[in-house]
Amino acid sequence: MTDNSENYTAAGEVGSHRTRRTRYQRAMIGLGKAPITAWFGMIIVAIYIFVAIFAPFIAPYGEAEVFPTPYEPWSAEFIFGTDQIGRDVFSRLIYGARNTVGIALFTTILAFLIGGGLGLVAAISRSWLDHLLSRAVDVLMSIPSLIFALVLLSIFPPSIISLIIIIAVLDSTRVFRLTRSVALNVVVMDYVETAYLRGERLGWIMRREILPNIMPPLVAEFGLRFCFVFLTIAALSFLGVGIQPPTADWGSMVRENASLIQFAAYDIKAGLTPLLPAAAIALLTVAVNFIVDWFIHQTSGLRDDH
Amino acid sequence: MHPVVKTVLHRLALGVVTLFVVSVVIFTAVQLLPGDFGEAVLGQAATEETKAAFRRELGLDKPAVLRYFDWLGGVLTGDFGTSFSGRAASGVDRSREVADLIAPRLWNTLFLACYAAVIAVPLALIMGITTALWRNSIYDGVANASALTTISFPEFFVAYILILLLASLNPVFPSLANVDSSISFWDRVYTLALPALTLTLVIVAHMMRMTRAAIINLLASPYIQMARLSGAPPREVILKHALPNAWAPIATVIAFNLAYLVVGVVVVEVVFVYPGVGQLMVDAVTSRDIPVVQACAMIFAATYIMLNLIADIIGIVTNPRLLHPR
Amino acid sequence: MKKTYLAKQGRLLIDGQIDRRQFVMRTLAAGAALPTALSLADRAFAMTPRKGGHYRVGTGHGSTTDSLDPATSENGFSSSVTYAYSNHLTEIGPDGQLRPELAESYESDDATTWVFNLRGGVEFHNGKTMTSDDVIASLQYHMGEDSKSAVKGLLAPVVSMTADGSNRLVIELEAPNADFPFIVSDYHMPIFPAIDGKIDPVGGVGTGAFSIDSYEPGVRATFTSNPNYWKEGAGHFDSFELLSIIDVTARQNAVMNGDVDHIDRVDPKTVSLLSRAPNLRIEEGTGTLHYTFPMRLNIEPFDNYDLRMALKFAVRRQELVDKILLGHGALGNDHPISTANRFHNGDLEQREFDADKARHHYMKSGHSGKIQLSTSEAAFAGAVDAAQLIANSAGECGIEIEVVREPKDGYWSNVWNKKGWSACYWGGRPTEDWMFAAAYTDDTEWNDTAWKGTDASARFNELVRAARAELDMDKRRAMYHECQALVNDDGGTICPMFANYIEGVANNLAHHENVATNWDFDGRKASERWWFV
Repeated sequence: MTDNSENYTAAGEVGSHRTRRTRYQRAMIGLGKAPITAWFGMIIVAIYIFVAIFAPFIAPYGEAEVFPTPYEPWSAEFIFGTDQIGRDVFSRLIYGARNTVGIALFTTILAFLIGGGLGLVAAISRSWLDHLLSRAVDVLMSIPSLIFALVLLSIFPPSIISLIIIIAVLDSTRVFRLTRSVALNVVVMDYVETAYLRGERLGWIMRREILPNIMPPLVAEFGLRFCFVFLTIAALSFLGVGIQPPTADWGSMVRENASLIQFAAYDIKAGLTPLLPAAAIALLTVAVNFIVDWFIHQTSGLRDDH
Repeated sequence: MHPVVKTVLHRLALGVVTLFVVSVVIFTAVQLLPGDFGEAVLGQAATEETKAAFRRELGLDKPAVLRYFDWLGGVLTGDFGTSFSGRAASGVDRSREVADLIAPRLWNTLFLACYAAVIAVPLALIMGITTALWRNSIYDGVANASALTTISFPEFFVAYILILLLASLNPVFPSLANVDSSISFWDRVYTLALPALTLTLVIVAHMMRMTRAAIINLLASPYIQMARLSGAPPREVILKHALPNAWAPIATVIAFNLAYLVVGVVVVEVVFVYPGVGQLMVDAVTSRDIPVVQACAMIFAATYIMLNLIADIIGIVTNPRLLHPR
Repeated sequence: MKKTYLAKQGRLLIDGQIDRRQFVMRTLAAGAALPTALSLADRAFAMTPRKGGHYRVGTGHGSTTDSLDPATSENGFSSSVTYAYSNHLTEIGPDGQLRPELAESYESDDATTWVFNLRGGVEFHNGKTMTSDDVIASLQYHMGEDSKSAVKGLLAPVVSMTADGSNRLVIELEAPNADFPFIVSDYHMPIFPAIDGKIDPVGGVGTGAFSIDSYEPGVRATFTSNPNYWKEGAGHFDSFELLSIIDVTARQNAVMNGDVDHIDRVDPKTVSLLSRAPNLRIEEGTGTLHYTFPMRLNIEPFDNYDLRMALKFAVRRQELVDKILLGHGALGNDHPISTANRFHNGDLEQREFDADKARHHYMKSGHSGKIQLSTSEAAFAGAVDAAQLIANSAGECGIEIEVVREPKDGYWSNVWNKKGWSACYWGGRPTEDWMFAAAYTDDTEWNDTAWKGTDASARFNELVRAARAELDMDKRRAMYHECQALVNDDGGTICPMFANYIEGVANNLAHHENVATNWDFDGRKASERWWFV
């Protein structure tokens, strides 16, 4: 594929196998073969990142700037109207990208570091450590999340840091279970046992033998967890922690305006208002998961002819 | 003893231990929450005197450890105690048994959960398998995008949209799931259509995505390649060769989502005014009605443990290496 | 002459002695034009209560931990139930005035000894006839050492209750209270039948317009009309069903889709959209419900008079009414007395946003740095938004406010009445004395502004006590006016608004001209006052 057919030689092809492509080259080749859905996903994510970084320059008004009229209809001045206390909905959507996406990404990564790491350790050791961790996670997961959230709320002061920690810990239990159950299937594989017999260190086995083989389900889970975080933030905001006002976040924007949807029959634009932040979340979810699908396909080593 | 039986017994024993730990954690947690029953029930109207009277009658003035063991002793003999609420000021105990309080609501919750599961699980499996089979097709793209869209909406919002579409604009189903014990089975099914549909939309995407990922993950395995090279049609490869080995992660995800159906449906209960256990639990936590919180938490924990046990057993049974350890 | 003739024809029409056609013919004969005659017929039908129908109400209150016990009933669901199946000694009428209910009349010479003359021949649902012993037992239930009643404090001044025959009751108070008859109208104090001097608080037997069929806490209650109801012109529905629909969207959907006939707590944000639904109308009224932002004088920097003043001048009250209540409410003037109360001080100058004055007082207070304002949706719907608006307008005056969103759960036990400055709501009380004694005098636990120790508060407490013993209306009015001025000036509360009760009502429901505003649902007595046309 890299060779030009005009000066093709057999020796050349054999020789080309010796020079390994750089990571960058391989990534470029991978990109070139990416299906349209993956491209769609990447473009959307790129736009979101752009909007998140340059929010203050893009947004026509400030995040907390209050205008006299609440529920101003859609107009040239306020593209999507104003919210319940007269803030520009469009500007808040833009700032919401910055706040929500950043927090969601950070939280999910943290959850995967905790849950994934412990899950792998548990699956490999299959000893008292596995039992201890599994029981602990069972206890945590079988406690209804409501009680969990309430208790954590009374322990931590309401701030973004504690929000990230609370959600990361709640989510890491799910990641742990999934990692452990997938990894269990891999650790019994012959190549893992061989690596053990070769005398490889635990960390090496985890990284080089097991992790690559359990990546796809984990990445799929990552794509979903990432999006669930938006909803969890909205739910926690409802309970009283979560993002402090007047910071804009999409989850809370949906919650605050959700009841408008029932009047879509009488005022279609008012009915659409809560759909905007919901659509922002949905679009990102779809985009991220399209990329995830492509990644799963790549790492699965499938040589599909598409 | 057969290894599977041994594992099941082993897990059951562990489950009981987990339940015990959960009960301790919940008890401590509710204990740690600020405020107590008297304060919560009287709200703004609480005075020191009335709160003290409440504490005396409910035995909240006794040390927590003692109360925990009283409760544990009761549970071991099948007595979940009586709810804090409904005690009369005259000192005569007219409160209701926790078991009587929970039973009808638990039945409601289980009915709704089963209803949603009966629709959601087969749907998710079929969609997961077919999207893996026709991966990267238009069908795959559309199915994925729409499933992902539904889970990125908060569940109450999904409910509102369904109400708008199927109750307000096109009055097909009722917007209130107003049921009582006298209602017939099919009427119940009809009345609960919207809540069940909401729950289905909420959980189907997760299960479907994980099924798809688990199957695709296996498609590159040498034995699948072998099967493909031997000329087996894709459908057969997936159903006969890939799926059996993908059951473990799929079962885990299904178990998790089914547990969610029982535990996490509070929002749906609120929107459709459906008297289930979730709402009871929320109210009990808010008013610090410890016996009810404990009982609900035990039910949820037990559900979760049972479902995971089943998932684990499926994982073991479908993996010969785990079934017959060397 | 014509009027009485028409009125008589109207009565005949309603009673079914003549039909609509005859009515219109006779009205025309009496000289009315045809359209007038037709609308007269409609009005006669609409304004005259008709019996029958199944009345379904969706309320935004209710919890699974509720019980029938009136001593601990704390929300709108419980009190609607109480009012449906039982009666009280007195009641607040649709016109907002106190009137006797199970008592035929009440009197006192010195405001210390109160005599209640009971109505004769009133039967409970179980057939027992009400006597003064039942009343004594019903009130006694809230008193005494072990009582856990929410109204224990209200009845604490009662020294003795004696039955003078079966229909006369003498209540002796330890100190004069001119408003005592108001207190016994409270929804916690229904009259139940007594057996051996004790009532069964959860027996569900009362004297009310309805008897209870089923009661599921936090879900629903169903009732059937009481055929022997003693009250004239009340209790028109055949049956009554009360549903707890906490979610505001679900509640609005229910009334829009015709699943219920009447809902409370319509979201002010969407009321204009809801009013466009063809099958319902919106009704609202200003009551005593008000939203406050109490500053606690025992916590720095709120002990400083100038800082309190600075914050009071830094609030745009009209903006809060416009944006939080969407105009469905009235301006507050930093005291808790509503225009619905008897002695509202209308002469007191309305406090407005004034950046210069706010800056002046802020400089004088010498304070610098952020001031925390704790808020939560638990305080009232829109409390978080309201706090942000206050922070915004205070920012214009150079005062920095940090809005802290507190957890909803436990807000009343951990934040309100504890943190220096928080958001709060008060359902309000029917009398000035009751309201002040609940939240502003120095002896109440819920003095959420910790307003004690200043000269103005000393004067205020003195006035409240004197007014309580005063039977002369004019003197009381003067005293309460001064009380309101004191709270407005020195007090720690910022009371920017009184909220309207907003209800969604099916078009086929009708009621008399006046609707009580002491609670929503016509004082929560719509079940016996309203009817279907």
